Amino acid sequence: MCGIVGLLVKTPALRDRLGELMVPMLIGMTERGPDSAGLAVFTEMLGENSRKISVYSGLTEEGDDFNWQALGHAISTHLGVAASVEAKGNHAVITVAGSAEPVKHWMRETYPKLYLLSTGRSIDLYKDIGTPGEVAQRYDFKHLKGTHLVGHTRMATESAVTPERAHPFTAGEDFCLVHNGSLSNPYGIRRMLEPLGIGFETDNDTEAACRFLEWRLREGDDLEVALQKGFEELDGFFTFLMGTSDKLALIRDPFACKPAVVAETDDFVAIASEFRSLAHLPGIKNAHVFEPAPEEMYVWNI
Amino acid sequence: MEHLTFDLAQRPLRELNQLLHTDAEAGKIGKVTVSNPDGAHNIAVGLNCPVEVEVIGHAGYYVGGMNKSASITVTGSAGTGAAENMMSGKVHIKGFASNGAGASAHGGLLVIDGDAGLRCGISLKGGDIVVGGSVGSFSAFMAQAGRMVICGDAGDALGDSLYEAVLYVKGNITSLGADAQIEPMSETDYAAVAALLQQSGPAFAAHDPHDFKRVASARTLYHWNADADQEY
Repeated sequence: MCGIVGLLVKTPALRDRLGELMVPMLIGMTERGPDSAGLAVFTEMLGENSRKISVYSGLTEEGDDFNWQALGHAISTHLGVAASVEAKGNHAVITVAGSAEPVKHWMRETYPKLYLLSTGRSIDLYKDIGTPGEVAQRYDFKHLKGTHLVGHTRMATESAVTPERAHPFTAGEDFCLVHNGSLSNPYGIRRMLEPLGIGFETDNDTEAACRFLEWRLREGDDLEVALQKGFEELDGFFTFLMGTSDKLALIRDPFACKPAVVAETDDFVAIASEFRSLAHLPGIKNAHVFEPAPEEMYVWNI
Repeated sequence: MEHLTFDLAQRPLRELNQLLHTDAEAGKIGKVTVSNPDGAHNIAVGLNCPVEVEVIGHAGYYVGGMNKSASITVTGSAGTGAAENMMSGKVHIKGFASNGAGASAHGGLLVIDGDAGLRCGISLKGGDIVVGGSVGSFSAFMAQAGRMVICGDAGDALGDSLYEAVLYVKGNITSLGADAQIEPMSETDYAAVAALLQQSGPAFAAHDPHDFKRVASARTLYHWNADADQEY
């Protein structure tokens, strides 16, 4: 199974309530995905010369007690890069001046058990094992602010229940993807991408789709062209929901094996696997509710 | 007989279904209006008596599943498997219905005012389905008996491997499935379409039966052909 949720607010006043509106959506998908949960929230963009990196310490020996301030200090000392750290238990968002790559490289060398979740000017990413309610509480999802977000509740079918294999998956900068379904050719996709120097962190099928689409975007395809190539190359069952710094995008496989429903009002666009997760949203009774068609692309801009 | 209202925001679904299986079956309840369904699964499933159920809002999976005798209306949309395996009675979805609506229904009438998703009427076994909008791909796959009236368009592979069910389509058919063919309409077909449209309500009755095409099985798959691989 698995549940997916997405929310994009059109009314700027609702940006402060993004997390509060989303938490019941995520919890509503608990039956579809009780083993792990995660979300990517797209916040106000940092300046062109800054990047933020979401980092997870749950795999280190210190776990929740990881000394994030010391990490921030070490980045400044060793790399001469201004870094600020905002931590919530086993999770932190590290904002750095300049490119993220040297900082990520140094963190991987120095702290091999730290898990780097996302990089970008807008994306913050959280994911962990536990029920959606527990994960939402752990990271205080209800106070998240931003323009749009992509969330997922996981019921693992094809790779182990671990934090790294929870969704969303990310690749490159300000791009993430969540998946309900299962791919039948993820290893074919990996064998196509690995000779191009694209590395994989897990054996999860969704990671293959995520890296494939991000690779197409990086090669210059716009989102629509990249998704069309996704339809041609990715085989299996999928409803994919993707986030970029200014867009949400949704596609379903030609057999519509996995569900999705969309509710749109003047104030927001909300996407979920099932209507159960949309029922609480303000103005839902008068929203335009529809089921997205298979093999069609749905793209919403902030 | 009593007309009850049941608020699913206040009381659990199980209580509603128990009520419909006990008090309604005992003839104590004539109608139940269900508010705040909020996409809950399994609303009014397995009913066994001629009770009327009106669901105000969107229903989740399997609404009206296995229905016998009851008349169930959903004012919003329905999730996967609306009225699946219905035996008799009527299920009316006023919005759209997701995949597998009316799957393997043995009897009764399923009316969908909006569009139906993929695999509508898959393995139909004698029920009737009338869709105001369009149906998705693989609809009526292996349908054995019963009728479907589609006022909009049909997606890919309509009626693949049909047995004796008959489909009537007003709009475009993206593609027919294996062994499905368009056949001429007879007077019996026109009368059947007119009667089904009439039963489905005034908006449906406005369609002219003469605008519909008949799709049925060519029956070439009925018998195993051991020489099939030598005929290419």
